[in-house]
Amino acid sequence: MNFQAVKAIYRYEMARMFRTVVQSIVAPVLSTSLYFVIFGSAIGSRITEIDGVGYGSFIVPGLIMLSIMTESISNSSFAIYFPKFTGTIYELLSAPVSWVEVLLGYVGAAASKSMIIGGIILLTASFFVDIEIAHPVVMVTFLLLTCVSFCLFGFILGVWATGWEKLTIVPVLVIMPLTFLGGTFYSISMLPPVWQTISLFNPVVYLISGFRWSFYENADVSITLSLATTVGFLIICLLAVRWIFVTGYRLRS
Amino acid sequence: MPISDAKHRIIAGMQSMISIKDLSKVYAGGFTALKSVSLDIDRGEIFALLGPNGAGKTTLINIVCGIVNASGGSVEVDGYDIQRDFRQTRTRIGLVPQEMASESFETVWNTCSFSRGLFGKPPSPEYLEKVLRSLSLWDKRDTITMQLSGGMKRRVLIAKALAHEPEVLFLDEPTAGVDVELRQDMWNVVSALRDQGVTVILTTHYIEEAEQLADRVGVINHGEIILVEQKAKLMRDLGKKQLVLNLQEPLSEVPAELKDYGLELSDDHNDLTFTYDTARERTGITALLGDLSKAGIHFNDLHTSQSSLEEIFVDLVKRPQ
Repeated sequence: MNFQAVKAIYRYEMARMFRTVVQSIVAPVLSTSLYFVIFGSAIGSRITEIDGVGYGSFIVPGLIMLSIMTESISNSSFAIYFPKFTGTIYELLSAPVSWVEVLLGYVGAAASKSMIIGGIILLTASFFVDIEIAHPVVMVTFLLLTCVSFCLFGFILGVWATGWEKLTIVPVLVIMPLTFLGGTFYSISMLPPVWQTISLFNPVVYLISGFRWSFYENADVSITLSLATTVGFLIICLLAVRWIFVTGYRLRS
Repeated sequence: MPISDAKHRIIAGMQSMISIKDLSKVYAGGFTALKSVSLDIDRGEIFALLGPNGAGKTTLINIVCGIVNASGGSVEVDGYDIQRDFRQTRTRIGLVPQEMASESFETVWNTCSFSRGLFGKPPSPEYLEKVLRSLSLWDKRDTITMQLSGGMKRRVLIAKALAHEPEVLFLDEPTAGVDVELRQDMWNVVSALRDQGVTVILTTHYIEEAEQLADRVGVINHGEIILVEQKAKLMRDLGKKQLVLNLQEPLSEVPAELKDYGLELSDDHNDLTFTYDTARERTGITALLGDLSKAGIHFNDLHTSQSSLEEIFVDLVKRPQ
Protein backbone atom coordinates (compact mmCIF):
# COMPACT_ATOMS: atom_id res chain seq x y z
CA MET A 1 0.00 0.00 0.00
CA ASN A 2 1.37 3.39 -1.06
CA PHE A 3 0.34 5.41 2.03
CA GLN A 4 2.48 8.36 0.98
CA ALA A 5 0.42 8.65 -2.20
CA VAL A 6 -2.88 8.42 -0.30
CA LYS A 7 -1.67 11.13 2.05
CA ALA A 8 -0.45 13.30 -0.83
CA ILE A 9 -3.75 13.09 -2.72
CA TYR A 10 -5.82 13.57 0.43
CA ARG A 11 -3.88 16.61 1.59
CA TYR A 12 -3.84 18.09 -1.89
CA GLU A 13 -7.62 17.78 -2.20
CA MET A 14 -8.29 19.09 1.30
CA ALA A 15 -6.03 22.06 0.57
CA ARG A 16 -8.23 22.79 -2.45
CA MET A 17 -11.25 22.97 -0.16
CA PHE A 18 -9.58 25.44 2.18
CA ARG A 19 -8.41 27.46 -0.82
CA THR A 20 -11.99 27.74 -2.03
CA VAL A 21 -13.62 28.02 1.38
CA VAL A 22 -16.44 30.30 0.17
CA GLN A 23 -17.44 27.87 -2.57
CA SER A 24 -16.84 24.77 -0.47
CA ILE A 25 -18.37 25.70 2.86
CA VAL A 26 -20.04 29.12 2.90
CA ALA A 27 -22.20 28.44 -0.18
CA PRO A 28 -23.88 25.24 1.11
CA VAL A 29 -24.43 26.82 4.53
CA LEU A 30 -26.03 29.86 2.94
CA SER A 31 -28.28 27.81 0.67
CA THR A 32 -29.37 25.63 3.62
CA SER A 33 -30.20 28.72 5.65
CA LEU A 34 -32.30 29.97 2.74
CA TYR A 35 -34.14 26.63 2.66
CA PHE A 36 -34.95 27.10 6.34
CA VAL A 37 -36.23 30.60 5.74
CA ILE A 38 -38.34 29.64 2.73
CA PHE A 39 -39.51 26.11 3.57
CA GLY A 40 -39.23 26.16 7.34
CA SER A 41 -40.84 29.53 7.92
CA ALA A 42 -43.19 29.94 4.96
CA ILE A 43 -44.46 26.34 4.65
CA GLY A 44 -43.84 25.54 8.32
CA SER A 45 -46.40 28.15 9.29
CA ARG A 46 -49.06 26.09 7.45
CA ILE A 47 -47.75 22.56 8.21
CA THR A 48 -47.05 22.67 11.90
CA GLU A 49 -45.81 19.10 12.29
CA ILE A 50 -45.35 15.78 10.48
CA ASP A 51 -45.51 12.48 12.39
CA GLY A 52 -45.30 14.41 15.62
CA VAL A 53 -42.18 16.38 14.64
CA GLY A 54 -42.22 20.13 14.03
CA TYR A 55 -41.92 20.90 10.30
CA GLY A 56 -38.71 22.91 10.70
CA SER A 57 -37.06 20.06 12.58
CA PHE A 58 -38.55 17.47 10.21
CA ILE A 59 -36.76 18.87 7.16
CA VAL A 60 -33.31 19.03 8.81
CA PRO A 61 -32.21 15.46 7.94
CA GLY A 62 -33.49 15.90 4.36
CA LEU A 63 -31.64 19.19 3.96
CA ILE A 64 -28.42 17.68 5.25
CA MET A 65 -28.83 14.78 2.81
CA LEU A 66 -29.60 17.17 -0.04
CA SER A 67 -26.44 19.14 0.64
CA ILE A 68 -24.07 16.27 1.21
CA MET A 69 -25.29 14.38 -1.87
CA THR A 70 -24.84 17.45 -4.04
CA GLU A 71 -21.50 18.37 -2.50
CA SER A 72 -20.16 14.82 -2.58
CA ILE A 73 -20.92 14.49 -6.29
CA SER A 74 -19.64 17.96 -7.05
CA ASN A 75 -16.39 17.61 -5.10
CA SER A 76 -15.33 14.18 -6.25
CA SER A 77 -16.40 14.63 -9.88
CA PHE A 78 -14.44 17.89 -10.09
CA ALA A 79 -11.44 16.34 -8.33
CA ILE A 80 -10.92 13.75 -11.07
CA TYR A 81 -12.34 15.70 -14.00
CA PHE A 82 -10.12 18.76 -13.54
CA PRO A 83 -6.83 16.83 -13.94
CA LYS A 84 -8.33 15.21 -17.04
CA PHE A 85 -9.26 18.64 -18.36
CA THR A 86 -5.86 20.23 -17.66
CA GLY A 87 -3.85 17.16 -18.66
CA THR A 88 -2.25 16.68 -15.24
CA ILE A 89 -3.94 13.27 -15.01
CA TYR A 90 -0.77 11.90 -16.63
CA GLU A 91 0.93 12.09 -13.27
CA LEU A 92 -1.71 10.03 -11.48
CA LEU A 93 -1.76 7.43 -14.26
CA SER A 94 2.00 7.06 -14.24
CA ALA A 95 2.26 6.89 -10.44
CA PRO A 96 2.77 3.64 -8.50
CA VAL A 97 -0.78 3.64 -7.13
CA SER A 98 -3.61 1.13 -7.35
CA TRP A 99 -7.27 2.04 -7.73
CA VAL A 100 -7.74 1.52 -3.98
CA GLU A 101 -5.16 4.17 -3.13
CA VAL A 102 -6.59 6.58 -5.68
CA LEU A 103 -10.03 6.12 -4.14
CA LEU A 104 -8.76 6.47 -0.58
CA GLY A 105 -7.16 9.76 -1.56
CA TYR A 106 -9.80 11.34 -3.75
CA VAL A 107 -12.98 9.85 -2.33
CA GLY A 108 -11.62 10.05 1.21
CA ALA A 109 -10.99 13.79 0.82
CA ALA A 110 -14.31 14.46 -0.90
CA ALA A 111 -16.18 12.44 1.75
CA SER A 112 -14.34 14.32 4.52
CA LYS A 113 -15.43 17.61 2.99
CA SER A 114 -19.03 16.38 2.80
CA MET A 115 -18.92 15.22 6.41
CA ILE A 116 -17.61 18.64 7.46
CA ILE A 117 -20.36 20.35 5.46
CA GLY A 118 -22.98 18.00 6.96
CA GLY A 119 -21.75 18.88 10.44
CA ILE A 120 -21.79 22.62 9.70
CA ILE A 121 -25.34 22.42 8.30
CA LEU A 122 -26.46 20.50 11.38
CA LEU A 123 -24.93 23.21 13.52
CA THR A 124 -26.54 25.93 11.39
CA ALA A 125 -29.91 24.18 11.64
CA SER A 126 -29.64 24.07 15.42
CA PHE A 127 -29.81 27.87 15.41
CA PHE A 128 -33.19 27.75 13.65
CA VAL A 129 -34.96 24.75 15.18
CA ASP A 130 -34.76 22.21 18.00
CA ILE A 131 -32.95 19.07 16.90
CA GLU A 132 -32.92 15.71 18.64
CA ILE A 133 -30.72 12.85 17.51
CA ALA A 134 -32.23 9.62 18.82
CA HIS A 135 -29.53 7.34 17.38
CA PRO A 136 -26.26 9.25 16.94
CA VAL A 137 -24.26 6.20 15.83
CA VAL A 138 -26.82 5.31 13.15
CA MET A 139 -26.92 8.97 12.12
CA VAL A 140 -23.14 9.12 11.65
CA THR A 141 -23.18 5.74 9.89
CA PHE A 142 -25.80 6.93 7.40
CA LEU A 143 -23.97 10.19 6.91
CA LEU A 144 -20.70 8.40 6.25
CA LEU A 145 -22.21 5.79 3.93
CA THR A 146 -24.06 8.44 1.95
CA CYS A 147 -20.99 10.67 1.68
CA VAL A 148 -18.77 7.81 0.49
CA SER A 149 -21.40 6.39 -1.90
CA PHE A 150 -22.11 9.71 -3.56
CA CYS A 151 -18.42 10.62 -3.69
CA LEU A 152 -17.86 7.32 -5.52
CA PHE A 153 -20.76 8.17 -7.81
CA GLY A 154 -19.25 11.62 -8.41
CA PHE A 155 -15.88 10.03 -9.15
CA ILE A 156 -17.53 7.82 -11.79
CA LEU A 157 -19.25 10.88 -13.20
CA GLY A 158 -15.96 12.79 -13.36
CA VAL A 159 -14.29 9.93 -15.25
CA TRP A 160 -17.25 9.57 -17.62
CA ALA A 161 -17.64 13.29 -18.36
CA THR A 162 -15.98 14.54 -21.51
CA GLY A 163 -17.03 18.15 -20.99
CA TRP A 164 -18.16 20.59 -18.32
CA GLU A 165 -21.80 20.25 -19.44
CA LYS A 166 -21.80 16.51 -18.79
CA LEU A 167 -20.28 17.14 -15.40
CA THR A 168 -23.24 19.25 -14.32
CA ILE A 169 -26.02 17.56 -16.25
CA VAL A 170 -26.35 14.51 -13.98
CA PRO A 171 -26.44 16.41 -10.65
CA VAL A 172 -28.91 18.94 -12.05
CA LEU A 173 -31.16 16.68 -14.11
CA VAL A 174 -31.03 13.45 -12.11
CA ILE A 175 -29.82 13.88 -8.54
CA MET A 176 -31.56 17.16 -7.72
CA PRO A 177 -35.05 15.98 -8.85
CA LEU A 178 -34.60 12.62 -7.10
CA THR A 179 -33.63 14.42 -3.89
CA PHE A 180 -36.50 16.87 -4.03
CA LEU A 181 -38.90 14.01 -4.79
CA GLY A 182 -37.23 11.77 -2.21
CA GLY A 183 -38.95 13.23 0.82
CA THR A 184 -36.57 16.05 1.73
CA PHE A 185 -39.41 18.41 2.54
CA TYR A 186 -42.26 15.96 3.21
CA SER A 187 -43.13 12.46 4.27
CA ILE A 188 -44.07 10.28 1.33
CA SER A 189 -47.06 9.11 3.37
CA MET A 190 -48.50 12.57 2.60
CA LEU A 191 -48.58 11.69 -1.13
CA PRO A 192 -51.52 10.01 -2.96
CA PRO A 193 -51.13 6.18 -3.03
CA VAL A 194 -49.97 6.09 -6.66
CA TRP A 195 -47.17 8.58 -6.00
CA GLN A 196 -46.22 6.73 -2.82
CA THR A 197 -45.67 3.60 -4.92
CA ILE A 198 -43.72 5.52 -7.57
CA SER A 199 -41.59 7.13 -4.83
CA LEU A 200 -40.46 3.70 -3.65
CA PHE A 201 -38.48 3.39 -6.91
CA ASN A 202 -36.50 6.46 -5.94
CA PRO A 203 -33.36 5.27 -4.08
CA VAL A 204 -32.98 8.66 -2.37
CA VAL A 205 -36.20 7.97 -0.44
CA TYR A 206 -34.41 5.17 1.41
CA LEU A 207 -31.40 7.33 2.27
CA ILE A 208 -33.44 10.23 3.61
CA SER A 209 -35.89 7.96 5.39
CA GLY A 210 -33.13 6.06 7.18
CA PHE A 211 -31.27 9.22 8.06
CA ARG A 212 -34.44 10.84 9.40
CA TRP A 213 -35.15 7.74 11.49
CA SER A 214 -31.81 8.21 13.25
CA PHE A 215 -33.09 11.65 14.35
CA TYR A 216 -36.78 11.16 15.16
CA GLU A 217 -37.38 7.40 14.94
CA ASN A 218 -39.98 7.80 12.25
CA ALA A 219 -39.42 6.64 8.68
CA ASP A 220 -41.20 6.11 5.37
CA VAL A 221 -39.52 2.71 4.87
CA SER A 222 -37.91 0.29 7.27
CA ILE A 223 -34.46 1.19 8.61
CA THR A 224 -33.10 -2.18 7.53
CA LEU A 225 -34.23 -1.59 3.96
CA SER A 226 -32.74 1.92 4.06
CA LEU A 227 -29.42 0.61 5.27
CA ALA A 228 -29.42 -2.24 2.72
CA THR A 229 -30.17 0.20 -0.13
CA THR A 230 -27.37 2.55 0.95
CA VAL A 231 -24.84 -0.28 1.27
CA GLY A 232 -26.05 -1.74 -2.05
CA PHE A 233 -25.51 1.60 -3.80
CA LEU A 234 -22.04 1.83 -2.25
CA ILE A 235 -21.10 -1.64 -3.50
CA ILE A 236 -22.38 -0.93 -7.02
CA CYS A 237 -20.33 2.28 -7.15
CA LEU A 238 -17.22 0.48 -5.83
CA LEU A 239 -17.54 -2.24 -8.47
CA ALA A 240 -18.00 0.40 -11.18
CA VAL A 241 -14.86 2.27 -10.06
CA ARG A 242 -12.88 -0.97 -9.98
CA TRP A 243 -14.06 -1.75 -13.51
CA ILE A 244 -12.99 1.73 -14.63
CA PHE A 245 -9.45 1.17 -13.37
CA VAL A 246 -9.18 -2.39 -14.65
CA THR A 247 -10.31 -1.46 -18.17
CA GLY A 248 -8.87 2.06 -18.16
CA TYR A 249 -12.26 3.39 -19.30
CA ARG A 250 -11.79 7.05 -20.29
CA LEU A 251 -8.55 7.16 -18.32
CA ARG A 252 -6.08 5.05 -20.29
CA SER A 253 -6.39 4.83 -24.08
CA MET B 1 8.33 -15.99 -2.58
CA PRO B 2 9.09 -12.32 -3.05
CA ILE B 3 12.71 -11.52 -3.68
CA SER B 4 14.53 -8.54 -2.25
CA ASP B 5 15.18 -5.53 -4.38
CA ALA B 6 18.93 -5.98 -4.21
CA LYS B 7 18.66 -9.66 -5.12
CA HIS B 8 16.36 -8.80 -7.97
CA ARG B 9 18.94 -6.43 -9.35
CA ILE B 10 21.57 -9.14 -9.20
CA ILE B 11 19.27 -11.54 -11.00
CA ALA B 12 18.34 -8.85 -13.49
CA GLY B 13 22.05 -7.93 -13.49
CA MET B 14 21.90 -6.78 -17.07
CA GLN B 15 22.96 -3.73 -18.90
CA SER B 16 19.42 -2.89 -20.06
CA MET B 17 17.43 -0.51 -17.90
CA ILE B 18 14.45 -0.73 -20.22
CA SER B 19 13.73 -3.75 -22.37
CA ILE B 20 10.89 -3.48 -24.88
CA LYS B 21 9.85 -6.58 -26.81
CA ASP B 22 7.42 -6.73 -29.75
CA LEU B 23 5.44 -3.80 -28.42
CA SER B 24 2.40 -2.89 -30.45
CA LYS B 25 -0.41 -0.40 -30.06
CA VAL B 26 -3.59 -0.10 -32.05
CA TYR B 27 -5.91 2.66 -30.84
CA ALA B 28 -9.67 2.20 -30.60
CA GLY B 29 -10.15 4.09 -33.86
CA GLY B 30 -7.98 1.54 -35.66
CA PHE B 31 -4.85 3.67 -35.92
CA THR B 32 -1.71 1.59 -35.51
CA ALA B 33 0.74 3.67 -33.51
CA LEU B 34 3.36 0.99 -32.84
CA LYS B 35 4.22 -2.11 -34.87
CA SER B 36 6.11 -4.74 -32.95
CA VAL B 37 8.73 -2.42 -31.54
CA SER B 38 11.72 -3.97 -29.77
CA LEU B 39 14.28 -1.78 -28.08
CA ASP B 40 16.76 -1.92 -25.23
CA ILE B 41 17.85 1.19 -23.37
CA ASP B 42 21.10 0.82 -21.47
CA ARG B 43 21.47 1.72 -17.83
CA GLY B 44 22.77 5.26 -17.37
CA GLU B 45 22.75 6.28 -21.01
CA ILE B 46 21.07 9.21 -22.71
CA PHE B 47 18.96 7.82 -25.49
CA ALA B 48 17.48 10.17 -28.06
CA LEU B 49 14.34 8.91 -29.76
CA LEU B 50 13.84 10.81 -32.96
CA GLY B 51 10.95 10.70 -35.35
CA PRO B 52 8.53 12.93 -37.20
CA ASN B 53 5.15 13.89 -35.76
CA GLY B 54 2.87 10.87 -35.35
CA ALA B 55 5.77 8.42 -35.59
CA GLY B 56 4.87 6.77 -32.27
CA LYS B 57 7.38 8.38 -29.88
CA THR B 58 4.86 9.60 -27.31
CA THR B 59 2.81 6.40 -27.50
CA LEU B 60 5.93 4.39 -26.77
CA ILE B 61 6.79 6.57 -23.77
CA ASN B 62 3.23 6.56 -22.47
CA ILE B 63 3.07 2.77 -22.55
CA VAL B 64 6.31 2.43 -20.59
CA CYS B 65 5.04 4.98 -18.05
CA GLY B 66 1.63 3.30 -17.70
CA ILE B 67 -0.49 6.02 -19.26
CA VAL B 68 -1.46 4.02 -22.34
CA ASN B 69 -2.29 0.31 -22.46
CA ALA B 70 -0.27 -1.74 -24.94
CA SER B 71 -2.06 -3.93 -27.47
CA GLY B 72 0.72 -6.51 -27.43
CA GLY B 73 4.29 -7.18 -26.39
CA SER B 74 6.05 -6.59 -23.11
CA VAL B 75 8.14 -3.94 -21.36
CA GLU B 76 10.54 -4.42 -18.48
CA VAL B 77 12.09 -1.63 -16.43
CA ASP B 78 15.08 -2.65 -14.35
CA GLY B 79 13.97 -6.24 -14.82
CA TYR B 80 10.39 -5.62 -13.63
CA ASP B 81 7.35 -6.06 -15.85
CA ILE B 82 5.38 -2.82 -16.26
CA GLN B 83 2.05 -4.61 -15.81
CA ARG B 84 2.74 -7.19 -13.13
CA ASP B 85 5.22 -5.09 -11.13
CA PHE B 86 3.79 -1.65 -11.88
CA ARG B 87 4.72 -0.27 -8.47
CA GLN B 88 8.37 -1.20 -8.94
CA THR B 89 8.60 0.17 -12.47
CA ARG B 90 6.66 3.38 -11.94
CA THR B 91 8.59 4.26 -8.79
CA ARG B 92 11.73 4.24 -10.94
CA ILE B 93 10.34 6.42 -13.71
CA GLY B 94 9.94 10.17 -13.99
CA LEU B 95 8.11 11.70 -16.91
CA VAL B 96 8.21 15.18 -18.36
CA PRO B 97 5.24 15.21 -20.74
CA GLN B 98 5.08 16.92 -24.06
CA GLU B 99 1.96 18.89 -23.12
CA MET B 100 2.41 21.80 -20.73
CA ALA B 101 0.10 20.38 -18.07
CA SER B 102 0.36 21.98 -14.65
CA GLU B 103 -1.71 22.44 -11.52
CA SER B 104 -2.47 26.07 -12.18
CA PHE B 105 -3.55 27.07 -8.68
CA GLU B 106 -0.78 25.38 -6.71
CA THR B 107 2.55 26.84 -5.69
CA VAL B 108 5.71 25.38 -7.19
CA TRP B 109 6.69 23.91 -3.84
CA ASN B 110 3.32 22.29 -3.20
CA THR B 111 3.00 20.78 -6.65
CA CYS B 112 6.49 19.27 -6.41
CA SER B 113 5.81 17.98 -2.89
CA PHE B 114 2.61 16.40 -4.20
CA SER B 115 4.53 14.63 -6.97
CA ARG B 116 7.04 13.23 -4.49
CA GLY B 117 4.32 11.89 -2.23
CA LEU B 118 2.31 10.48 -5.13
CA PHE B 119 5.30 8.35 -6.11
CA GLY B 120 5.59 7.00 -2.59
CA LYS B 121 8.49 9.02 -1.25
CA PRO B 122 8.38 10.62 2.22
CA PRO B 123 8.83 14.40 2.35
CA SER B 124 12.38 15.62 1.87
CA PRO B 125 12.60 19.42 1.86
CA GLU B 126 16.39 19.22 1.41
CA TYR B 127 16.15 17.16 -1.78
CA LEU B 128 13.34 19.28 -3.17
CA GLU B 129 15.35 22.43 -2.50
CA LYS B 130 18.28 20.91 -4.40
CA VAL B 131 16.07 20.11 -7.39
CA LEU B 132 14.45 23.54 -7.43
CA ARG B 133 17.82 25.27 -7.15
CA SER B 134 19.27 23.20 -9.99
CA LEU B 135 16.40 24.36 -12.20
CA SER B 136 16.60 28.00 -11.05
CA LEU B 137 13.16 27.63 -9.47
CA TRP B 138 14.07 28.20 -5.84
CA ASP B 139 13.11 31.87 -5.94
CA LYS B 140 9.75 30.88 -7.43
CA ARG B 141 8.92 28.18 -4.90
CA ASP B 142 6.00 30.13 -3.40
CA THR B 143 4.67 31.35 -6.74
CA ILE B 144 1.39 30.00 -8.09
CA THR B 145 2.18 27.92 -11.17
CA MET B 146 -0.24 29.78 -13.42
CA GLN B 147 1.71 33.00 -12.79
CA LEU B 148 4.90 31.54 -14.26
CA SER B 149 6.13 32.02 -17.80
CA GLY B 150 5.99 29.12 -20.26
CA GLY B 151 9.67 28.36 -19.79
CA MET B 152 9.33 28.34 -16.01
CA LYS B 153 6.32 26.04 -16.22
CA ARG B 154 8.46 23.67 -18.27
CA ARG B 155 11.05 23.74 -15.52
CA VAL B 156 8.34 22.94 -12.98
CA LEU B 157 7.39 19.87 -15.00
CA ILE B 158 10.99 18.72 -14.89
CA ALA B 159 11.17 19.41 -11.14
CA LYS B 160 7.99 17.37 -10.61
CA ALA B 161 9.44 14.50 -12.62
CA LEU B 162 12.63 14.59 -10.55
CA ALA B 163 10.85 15.05 -7.22
CA HIS B 164 10.78 11.33 -6.41
CA GLU B 165 14.41 10.68 -7.39
CA PRO B 166 13.73 8.55 -10.47
CA GLU B 167 16.30 6.22 -11.99
CA VAL B 168 14.81 6.68 -15.44
CA LEU B 169 13.72 10.02 -16.82
CA PHE B 170 11.56 10.43 -19.92
CA LEU B 171 11.79 13.85 -21.48
CA ASP B 172 9.14 14.15 -24.16
CA GLU B 173 10.21 17.19 -26.14
CA PRO B 174 11.29 19.10 -23.05
CA THR B 175 12.63 22.17 -24.79
CA ALA B 176 9.76 22.75 -27.22
CA GLY B 177 9.01 26.46 -27.22
CA VAL B 178 11.63 27.49 -24.67
CA ASP B 179 14.31 30.11 -25.14
CA VAL B 180 17.97 29.41 -25.83
CA GLU B 181 19.09 30.12 -22.28
CA LEU B 182 16.59 27.72 -20.76
CA ARG B 183 17.48 25.07 -23.32
CA GLN B 184 21.10 25.34 -22.32
CA ASP B 185 20.11 25.10 -18.64
CA MET B 186 18.13 21.96 -19.32
CA TRP B 187 20.99 20.41 -21.22
CA ASN B 188 23.15 21.03 -18.19
CA VAL B 189 20.56 19.39 -15.94
CA VAL B 190 20.34 16.37 -18.22
CA SER B 191 24.10 16.04 -18.32
CA ALA B 192 24.22 16.25 -14.52
CA LEU B 193 21.57 13.53 -14.27
CA ARG B 194 23.62 11.28 -16.51
CA ASP B 195 26.59 11.85 -14.25
CA GLN B 196 24.42 10.68 -11.35
CA GLY B 197 23.61 7.46 -13.23
CA VAL B 198 20.07 8.37 -14.29
CA THR B 199 18.95 6.84 -17.56
CA VAL B 200 17.48 9.53 -19.79
CA ILE B 201 15.21 8.96 -22.77
CA LEU B 202 14.77 12.08 -24.79
CA THR B 203 12.45 12.81 -27.67
CA THR B 204 13.00 16.02 -29.47
CA HIS B 205 12.44 17.87 -32.69
CA TYR B 206 15.66 19.74 -32.13
CA ILE B 207 18.15 17.37 -33.63
CA GLU B 208 20.88 19.63 -32.34
CA GLU B 209 19.71 18.66 -28.87
CA ALA B 210 20.13 14.96 -29.56
CA GLU B 211 23.46 15.62 -31.22
CA GLN B 212 24.60 17.52 -28.15
CA LEU B 213 23.35 15.15 -25.46
CA ALA B 214 22.71 11.63 -26.67
CA ASP B 215 24.90 8.58 -26.32
CA ARG B 216 22.68 6.59 -28.64
CA VAL B 217 20.04 7.54 -31.15
CA GLY B 218 16.93 5.65 -32.17
CA VAL B 219 14.81 6.66 -35.10
CA ILE B 220 11.15 5.72 -35.19
CA ASN B 221 8.88 6.23 -38.16
CA HIS B 222 5.38 4.95 -38.87
CA GLY B 223 5.42 3.04 -35.59
CA GLU B 224 8.59 1.12 -36.35
CA ILE B 225 12.12 1.51 -35.05
CA ILE B 226 14.15 1.93 -38.19
CA LEU B 227 17.52 2.48 -36.60
CA VAL B 228 19.29 2.33 -33.26
CA GLU B 229 22.92 3.30 -33.17
CA GLN B 230 25.61 4.96 -31.11
CA LYS B 231 25.41 8.61 -32.04
CA ALA B 232 29.09 8.84 -32.90
CA LYS B 233 28.95 5.69 -35.02
CA LEU B 234 25.76 6.83 -36.72
CA MET B 235 27.34 10.09 -37.69
CA ARG B 236 30.47 8.29 -38.78
CA ASP B 237 28.65 5.64 -40.80
CA LEU B 238 25.83 7.63 -42.28
CA GLY B 239 27.35 11.06 -42.16
CA LYS B 240 28.84 12.26 -45.40
CA LYS B 241 31.97 14.30 -45.35
CA GLN B 242 32.53 16.89 -48.01
CA LEU B 243 35.60 18.69 -49.30
CA VAL B 244 34.84 22.10 -50.82
CA LEU B 245 37.46 23.70 -53.05
CA ASN B 246 37.27 27.41 -53.73
CA LEU B 247 38.64 27.78 -57.28
CA GLN B 248 41.06 30.47 -58.46
CA GLU B 249 39.09 30.80 -61.70
CA PRO B 250 35.48 29.83 -62.40
CA LEU B 251 34.88 26.59 -64.29
CA SER B 252 32.23 26.31 -66.96
CA GLU B 253 31.84 22.58 -66.29
CA VAL B 254 33.58 19.68 -64.57
CA PRO B 255 36.24 18.30 -66.95
CA ALA B 256 35.49 14.86 -68.39
CA GLU B 257 38.64 13.32 -66.84
CA LEU B 258 37.30 14.20 -63.35
CA LYS B 259 33.78 12.80 -63.86
CA ASP B 260 34.53 9.68 -61.81
CA TYR B 261 34.95 11.75 -58.67
CA GLY B 262 31.28 12.82 -58.75
CA LEU B 263 32.25 16.44 -58.26
CA GLU B 264 29.55 19.07 -57.95
CA LEU B 265 30.07 22.51 -59.39
CA SER B 266 28.40 25.37 -57.51
CA ASP B 267 25.88 27.61 -59.26
CA ASP B 268 28.36 30.46 -59.38
CA HIS B 269 30.96 28.05 -60.87
CA ASN B 270 33.48 29.05 -58.19
CA ASP B 271 33.35 25.99 -55.89
CA LEU B 272 33.87 22.29 -56.46
CA THR B 273 32.46 19.89 -53.89
CA PHE B 274 33.78 16.37 -53.41
CA THR B 275 31.78 13.98 -51.20
CA TYR B 276 33.73 11.12 -49.63
CA ASP B 277 33.42 8.35 -47.12
CA THR B 278 35.76 8.53 -44.13
CA ALA B 279 35.15 4.87 -43.31
CA ARG B 280 36.82 3.71 -46.51
CA GLU B 281 40.49 2.88 -46.58
CA ARG B 282 41.13 5.51 -49.21
CA THR B 283 39.03 8.63 -49.35
CA GLY B 284 40.28 9.58 -52.83
CA ILE B 285 41.32 13.08 -51.76
CA THR B 286 44.99 12.65 -52.62
CA ALA B 287 44.16 11.30 -56.07
CA LEU B 288 41.65 14.07 -56.67
CA LEU B 289 44.10 16.81 -55.78
CA GLY B 290 46.65 15.24 -58.10
CA ASP B 291 44.19 15.02 -60.97
CA LEU B 292 43.01 18.59 -60.41
CA SER B 293 46.59 19.78 -60.67
CA LYS B 294 47.08 17.76 -63.87
CA ALA B 295 43.95 19.32 -65.31
CA GLY B 296 45.32 22.79 -64.50
CA ILE B 297 42.62 23.55 -61.96
CA HIS B 298 43.95 25.49 -59.00
CA PHE B 299 42.19 26.61 -55.84
CA ASN B 300 42.54 29.43 -53.33
CA ASP B 301 41.09 27.70 -50.33
CA LEU B 302 39.52 24.48 -49.17
CA HIS B 303 37.46 23.27 -46.22
CA THR B 304 35.70 20.11 -45.11
CA SER B 305 32.26 19.66 -43.51
CA GLN B 306 30.33 16.74 -42.09
CA SER B 307 26.58 15.96 -42.27
CA SER B 308 24.71 16.97 -39.16
CA LEU B 309 22.48 14.54 -37.31
CA GLU B 310 19.56 16.50 -38.69
CA GLU B 311 20.57 15.76 -42.27
CA ILE B 312 21.03 12.10 -41.38
CA PHE B 313 17.62 12.01 -39.70
CA VAL B 314 15.83 13.63 -42.63
CA ASP B 315 17.56 11.23 -44.98
CA LEU B 316 16.48 8.21 -42.87
CA VAL B 317 12.80 9.08 -42.52
CA LYS B 318 12.48 9.95 -46.17
CA ARG B 319 13.74 6.59 -47.29
CA PRO B 320 10.99 4.39 -48.78
CA GLN B 321 9.69 1.77 -46.32
